[in-house]
Amino acid sequence: MDLNDPAAVRPQVALFVTCTVDSVAPKVGTATVRLLEAAGVEVVVPAAQTCCGQPAANSGAPEAAAVLARHFVEVFEPYETIVSPSGSCVAMVRHWYPRLLSGSWRTRAEAVAERTHELTAYLVDVAGRADLGAVIDGGPLTVHDSCHGLRVLGLGHAARELLGAAGAKIVEMDDPEACCGFGGTFALKHTAVSTAMADAKLRDSAATGAACMVGGDAGCLVHLEGRQRRCGIGPAVRHIAEVLAEALP
Amino acid sequence: MTLAARAPAALADEHLQQALGRITDRYRLVRARARETPDTDDRKHRAGALRREILADLDGWIDRVTSSLERVGAVVHRCATAADAAETVVAIARAEGSRLAVKSKSMATEEIHLNAALEAIGVEVIEGDLGEYIVQIAGERPSHIITPAIHKTLGQVADLFSPLAGHTLPVEREALCAFARDHLRTKFLNADLGITGANFVAADTGTIVLVTNEGNGRMATTVPRVQVSVVPIDKIVPRLADLGAILPLLTEHATNQSITAYLSMTTGPRRAGEIDGPEVLHVVLLDGHRRDLVGTPYEEMLACIRCGACLNACPVYAKVGGHAYDSVYPGPMGSVLTPLLSGGTEGRDLPFASSLCGACTEICPVGIPLADLLVRLRADLRTPGPVVPARVGRTPPGRAGPQAGPGPVSSPGTRPPAAGFPWPGADAALSRQPWYRSLGWSIWARVWSRPRLYRATLALGRLVTRRRSGWCRRLPGSGGWTATRDLPSLAQPGFRRLWTDREHRR
Repeated sequence: MDLNDPAAVRPQVALFVTCTVDSVAPKVGTATVRLLEAAGVEVVVPAAQTCCGQPAANSGAPEAAAVLARHFVEVFEPYETIVSPSGSCVAMVRHWYPRLLSGSWRTRAEAVAERTHELTAYLVDVAGRADLGAVIDGGPLTVHDSCHGLRVLGLGHAARELLGAAGAKIVEMDDPEACCGFGGTFALKHTAVSTAMADAKLRDSAATGAACMVGGDAGCLVHLEGRQRRCGIGPAVRHIAEVLAEALP
Repeated sequence: MTLAARAPAALADEHLQQALGRITDRYRLVRARARETPDTDDRKHRAGALRREILADLDGWIDRVTSSLERVGAVVHRCATAADAAETVVAIARAEGSRLAVKSKSMATEEIHLNAALEAIGVEVIEGDLGEYIVQIAGERPSHIITPAIHKTLGQVADLFSPLAGHTLPVEREALCAFARDHLRTKFLNADLGITGANFVAADTGTIVLVTNEGNGRMATTVPRVQVSVVPIDKIVPRLADLGAILPLLTEHATNQSITAYLSMTTGPRRAGEIDGPEVLHVVLLDGHRRDLVGTPYEEMLACIRCGACLNACPVYAKVGGHAYDSVYPGPMGSVLTPLLSGGTEGRDLPFASSLCGACTEICPVGIPLADLLVRLRADLRTPGPVVPARVGRTPPGRAGPQAGPGPVSSPGTRPPAAGFPWPGADAALSRQPWYRSLGWSIWARVWSRPRLYRATLALGRLVTRRRSGWCRRLPGSGGWTATRDLPSLAQPGFRRLWTDREHRR
C-alpha cells in the first residue's frame, strides 16, 4: 500500500507501548505516536494493554508469562498491525509466545506475532518510510544495538537507515552489538557484572565523541542512563523514537 | 557460593581483566569470519544436522561405535556415570602397572576428575597441553574449554615455571614455551600410559579423532604402551567422512584457524609391522547423564562440538572468566550443561548468570539455541533435584545406562538444527507445579493481566519512587539496582494519561 497516496485509507496501527515506556519513559510513547503518524498511519492505543510478560518468562515462570501472553493476544488480536518501540518486547511476542502457548492459543499467538513489529522495522521494512522528513542537525550519534532486536528480530539496519535518512552523522562505537548488561532481572541479580558491562558500553560510546547514544529499548537505556548518573561517563542516552520525533518538521 | 558472589573478586582482578581482553578479540575475529564466509548458514546447518543424526537413535549409534571399536582391536568400557568412568581408568592403570601418565587436552577427563583419581593410586599425571600444564602447576582447573590458561598473563606463567626450572625464566613467550617443551618431552618419552579424550569418534571406522595445535594428542597416542581414551557418547559422528563438514567449523570457531596444526586419528592399537601406537587401547564410553537429555529440549546440547565460541562471545564470561562459574564447563554451554550433567547438583545458579543477549546462540556453529535453553532451564530448576524437563517428540532411550546393551533399534534419520523448541503446555503447567513455586510471579501475572490492577500498581510505584530529580538514588527493595545505578521515578503522568488527554483534546 502506498502510504503517500491521499486517496488510500490510512492504515491503522495498534501501539503496544510496553510497561517500561508506559511507566518510566512515556515520552518515548508519544514520540512513537508522532513517528507513526508522520508515516501516514492512524494510531490506536488499546486501553487494556499491560505487559508482554517477559520478566516472568526470563525468571523461570513460564506459566505466569503465559497468562500475560494470553492477555496480550486477546487485547491485540482485533488489530491488523501492532507496533511497539521495543525490540525486546516484540521478540517476546514473536519468538516466545508461540513457544509458551499451546493448542488454539498457540495458533492465535502465531497469527498475532506475525503482525507485531518493532517500531524501526515497521517504519523501514513494512511501511517503507525510512525518510520521514526528519532533519537531525546536532552532533554525531552513535547507535547501541539492543540484543533482542538485533539477534532475535534481525534489526540493526533499520535504526541506521532512519537516522541516516534524517541526515544524522553516525559514528560507530567499538562494538555496537555488545550487550549493555541490562538483561531484565539479570541487572538485579548480577549487579556487579551488569554494571561492569554498562561501564564498558558507556566508555565505548564516549570514545566515539558522539553527542548522543541512540538505542531502541527503554530497558537498556534506563539501565545505561541510571549508571551514567553515577559514573558520569558517556554521551546522552536517548531512545531512537525521541531523537527522530524531535527532528520532525 | 554463586557466580554473583564470585564475580566482584574476578572483576577486581587486574591480571584476569587484562587476560580476558584476548577472549573478546578472538570472538570478534571468529564472528567477522563467519559473517564474511558466504555459505556459513549452509555449513552450520549441515554440521548441525550431522551432529543431530545420532540423537534420533543414540543407543543404536553407541552399539555401532562399540562394535567398530572392538573390530579394530580396542577394549570398550561403557560407563554410566563419571565415577564409573574414573574407576574404570583407575582399574586399567592398576592392572597395567602404570606409573607415569601423560594426557592430551581433554575436558571429558576433567568432567570425571581423572587426575585426582589416578594420583590417589600413585600414578604421576602430566598434562601435555601447554595451557592445561600451566593450570595443573597452578593447582587450578581450566578456565576455558579451548584455552585453559587464558586467565593467566605471561608474567604469571613465568612465575609458575621458574621454580620448576630452578632459575628465573624471562617473561617471554618463546622462552616459556621452550622450557615447557623440554620438560614435557621427557615426560612424554617416559610415559607408560597415554590418556586422551576425543573430539570425535567415527561410528563406521571406530576412529578416535583428536584436534590439537601442539602435538600433545600425537604424543599421547603414539609413545605410551597403553592408551586410554575417555569418549563421551555425544562425540559420535556417524561416518569418518562427516568430519569434512564438521572439523573446519570446529577449528574456525575455536581458534579462528582453517585447520589446526595437528589432527590425530587413532584406529585401534598398534598392528603387526607398525612402528608406533599403543599396544593396548582402551576406550571408555561415558554417558554421564547425557542419555537423560535425549527426547528433551536439552538434547540440543548433545550436538555441541566444544569449540568454546560461546564462551568467547559471552559478555558475562568476558567479564568474570571461567573460574567464576566454578564448574568444569563454563560460559553459556557450561551454564546449560552443568546442572544437566551433574543431575541437578551443581551450577543451579548458572542459567541465571546471563543477560540473555543471545551472542552465544548467534555464534554457535551447530545452531544450538543456547539462550533459549538458559531461559528454559530457569523454569525447570525451580523443582529441586535433577532437571526433569518435559519430553518432546521421540521416545527417550531406556533408563538403565549404556551397559544395558542394545537400545531400541530404529533407522537413523537426520534432524535439522532446531530453531528454538516448543515449551509444551507452559500455559497449562501452572496446575502441575506446586502452588508455592513462582508464587510471586503467579500473583504478578494475575494482577498485571488486569488493566485496572496494573494501573493501580503503577500508581503505587509512583508514590514509592517519587523524587524531585526524577531519579531514585536509593530504593530499598530494588534488588541490587540502586547499589550502582540510579532508578528512574515512575513517570507522572504515565503514557496512558498522556494519550487519553490527547484524545480528549481532539
